[in-house]
Amino acid sequence: MKCLVTGGNVKVLGKAVHSLSRIGDELYLEPLEDGLSLRTVNSSRSAYACFLFAPLFFQLYQAATPGQDPLRCKILMKSFLSVFRSLVMLEKTVEKCCMSLNGRSSRLVVQLHCKYGVRKTHNLSFQDCESLQAVFDPASCPYLLRAPAKLLGEAVLPFPPALAEVTLGIGHGRRVILRSYQEEEADSTIKAMVTEMSIGQEDFQQLQAEEGVAITFCLKEFRGLLSFAESANLSLSIHFDAPGRPAIFAIKDSLLDGHFVLATLSEPTPNSQDLHFSEPCRPAPQRQAHSTPQPDDFASDDIDSYMIAMETTVGSESSRTLPSISLSPGLQPPCNSEGEEDEAEAELSTVPGTPPPKKFRSLFFGSILAPAHSPLGPSPVLAEDSEGEG
Amino acid sequence: MKFRAKIADAACLNHFTRVSCMVAKLARTCTLRIRPHALNFILADPAGGGVSMWCELPQENFFSEFQMEGVSEDNNAIYVELAAENLSRALKTAQNARALKVKLTNKHFPCLTVSIELVSVSSSSRMVTHDIPVKVIPRKLWRNLQEPTVPDADVSIYLPVLKTMKSVVEKMKNISNQLIIEANLNGDLNLKIESELVCVTTHFKDLGEVQVDIRKFLQFLAGQQVNPTRGVCNIVSHKMVHFDLLHEDVSLQYFIPALS
Repeated sequence: MKCLVTGGNVKVLGKAVHSLSRIGDELYLEPLEDGLSLRTVNSSRSAYACFLFAPLFFQLYQAATPGQDPLRCKILMKSFLSVFRSLVMLEKTVEKCCMSLNGRSSRLVVQLHCKYGVRKTHNLSFQDCESLQAVFDPASCPYLLRAPAKLLGEAVLPFPPALAEVTLGIGHGRRVILRSYQEEEADSTIKAMVTEMSIGQEDFQQLQAEEGVAITFCLKEFRGLLSFAESANLSLSIHFDAPGRPAIFAIKDSLLDGHFVLATLSEPTPNSQDLHFSEPCRPAPQRQAHSTPQPDDFASDDIDSYMIAMETTVGSESSRTLPSISLSPGLQPPCNSEGEEDEAEAELSTVPGTPPPKKFRSLFFGSILAPAHSPLGPSPVLAEDSEGEG
Repeated sequence: MKFRAKIADAACLNHFTRVSCMVAKLARTCTLRIRPHALNFILADPAGGGVSMWCELPQENFFSEFQMEGVSEDNNAIYVELAAENLSRALKTAQNARALKVKLTNKHFPCLTVSIELVSVSSSSRMVTHDIPVKVIPRKLWRNLQEPTVPDADVSIYLPVLKTMKSVVEKMKNISNQLIIEANLNGDLNLKIESELVCVTTHFKDLGEVQVDIRKFLQFLAGQQVNPTRGVCNIVSHKMVHFDLLHEDVSLQYFIPALS
């Protein structure tokens, strides 16, 4: 493999590597006919990220030297990232970046041609590996949300950088809601602040989901793709399904596309009816003339805006076991595509009494039920395709 | 108990945010007292070194709407304890807010709910809501949280520019843990540190002496981002130093006891 990146694309490549580094510790580099693919997966196999750079992204792109099979390699993310560590430096001083895979010496050579005749050569050792494949199909997800990355960036701004998980859902009036998700602490005397952001559907380029639909995923991992999308000024699409099934975050332009597939928390069990946020979502204040004018600004507020009795005792909350993030059966090696359905059914049958989706939605905004651990069987993990060597 | 209030003015919101950030820098948890005409941030920690802070905000200067109902008619006040950082973080997200509402709610546990309506380019507005968990303080503990009496000071002087003091004290911190504050009625203030090898004094102008923990003093200074309209330092010789700052309309009193 040999390819050459020039000009502003060097920084784009660098940013992509930064994004990927938020997910996994190893980078799978695979030159394909339709471009160079950079992939990674996290250690718990609950997040997968992939960028595909089309041949046009490069000034020169050669997937494989003629006569040879294309090489695939796995490199330490830290090593690869160190080449692109300083984005500022990339932008200011690097004119060209040349990458080539040398099968004989098992080295990925990355050469940065900088200003003033300076040339930096990095020889990164790699391991041969199987192809990292995740089977996912955005088209199979019933729900879709698409917005400029800038909007989503503003949407996550109120949340603390340390927040691990966030719930995304559609509330009353088809407003898109993001709410901080807190796992129930063993030490329940210390409660965390809950932050919620609500955005009207008009701000979204596409919204294909009914009220009540929601998923909970790792915000930190999502931020990885979001920062890339913001810097490239792209739109970000979120394809999702029922809780427990992975959510697909996608960006695309003419020269590249990126996909982050993140597991979502699985569906709550029936006994977590203990709704935490039981008042209906506040309707968005309307600008246009309303038939019933609201003179008192507080009238549109939530029902229980009155403080409780003095000696307050925190009500006994339903005990919830820690939810697990599991990959849906959808992520499987390609040869098991039929097994996929069986797995999905098996999943449902081990959780008897799980409310059918409709019922769940009617209880919803209202509240985001903190999903409890559904006793799933061992979830299939993202496995490397065990193709033969070479 | 009920509490609902609204801030509609950007300048008021900024000011309120700055006050809460300052409180957050001084302690992890603080008490918020709500009464019909004022809000107070109170830090009373007699056990841990006796540093305490009393901050009073006249409510009319901040809130365009303010309704409260205390515990009872005779005790028309609400005392709650919260993590100061939560409030400052919540308020900081209101940079581009059209309006901010705060109220006491019960969402499975008592909360101070801050709702912010953000300015948005499109026709629909954006709302951010923060539910800050609070602990209601029972009436029997209220007497520990009353306004401290200003001591009869030996010396009362006006403070120099706080930023200058802060940069001086920051460097002194590396030399000694104890800071001697001297002031006299002529308008001189000295900040002095003594170690075996060196003695450093910064003269601001006057005399009357108290020895305090330098870190506490620095913490207090670090919290002051804006120079107050008026700052007075009262020293009770060998007992304590009391700072009385006035930022426009918010008064802040801070007490540092002397090291025994």
